[in-house]
Amino acid sequence: MHEWALAEAVIKTVSQIAEKKGLADIREVNIKIGELQQVDVEIFKFALSQLRTSKLQRAKFNIKRDETKLRCRVCSYKWSFSAAKLDEEAREAVHFVPEIAHAFMKCPRCGSRDFEVVSGRGVWIESIKGVKKHG
Amino acid sequence: MVDPRVSLISERLRSIRRIIAVSSGKGGVGKSLVASVLALTLARRGLKVGLFDIDFTSPASHIILGVSDVKPEEKNGIVPPMVHGFKYMSIIYYTRDQASPLRGEDFSNALIELLAVTIWGELDFLVIDMPPGISDAVLDILRLVRKAEFLVVTSSSRLAFETVRKFIDLLFELNVTVLGVIENMKMTDSSFVQRKVEERNVKFWGEVPFDRKLEESIGDVEKLLKTEFGRTLERLILKNLNL
Repeated sequence: MHEWALAEAVIKTVSQIAEKKGLADIREVNIKIGELQQVDVEIFKFALSQLRTSKLQRAKFNIKRDETKLRCRVCSYKWSFSAAKLDEEAREAVHFVPEIAHAFMKCPRCGSRDFEVVSGRGVWIESIKGVKKHG
Repeated sequence: MVDPRVSLISERLRSIRRIIAVSSGKGGVGKSLVASVLALTLARRGLKVGLFDIDFTSPASHIILGVSDVKPEEKNGIVPPMVHGFKYMSIIYYTRDQASPLRGEDFSNALIELLAVTIWGELDFLVIDMPPGISDAVLDILRLVRKAEFLVVTSSSRLAFETVRKFIDLLFELNVTVLGVIENMKMTDSSFVQRKVEERNVKFWGEVPFDRKLEESIGDVEKLLKTEFGRTLERLILKNLNL
């Protein structure tokens, strides 16, 4: 599943940040997931728990859903993404590559495909908390 | 906030021996045809090869290769299907026949996503079919795929070469490996391109004559490899990559 690749990316990045900041024990990882990518949170959480390294054994993964807001670059209309408006094949395509939304969605007001994903695109690490190495 | 995808890219490319970005400053010089024949030629020498078409807004390699009815497999990421003996990845698996208009930032995001989730495994060569221009795609590949070597395609036209020249100079300035230059669609005896390339201490791979029959081979790889274009290019590839 694609969720496993995203979880792998999170674990790898958190480990790199911990290394840089000298954290020996990571206690909390705050993650934001954009609606546009339609990540299956249960699979994602399971993948995180399976991929966690020794430094992450005690880490709590807090996952926050981020609503996808779109803005038309032509007429400035703002709207929210709804996966239900796409057919199954389009939903799957947007899941893998969220930018594909430009092939399947239009501005509801002027019909332009030139829109911006203002928020809620993909997976982001908001912050991590941990305990530093001694000495 | 940190984008976790970027840290995964080097991991995904770790088991690839060489990465060749087939590029040009200009469009319409035959990049996708060269990239396709390069992937086919290498695969037919028994090498493990991948082809990644990153011309997201106007992909063409799938038409050249006659790719249809294949899809990547989902397995802890995306595993590209085997096509004509190599792993083939393109945005067409997802866009169907729709236009996908992407601004620079969206292009970069799509590229990062696919670089982070595509599982190539062990490869001798990954060929990247680049979009035209010296903009987002080139800058992203330079930033994210540090071991990429550039194979530059130009036509004989001074109009094309003017941009190609600037492109080569830019790559040189950044200490990026330029494997060589292919002069495609050659119609005259002029040695203008070869001279200008060699003046820059770049390897001139050779000329590929303009082939009137090439268009008829689009979609049929056996036919493509037998065209004058295919045969000349195969010779240049084998010679210049010492195969």
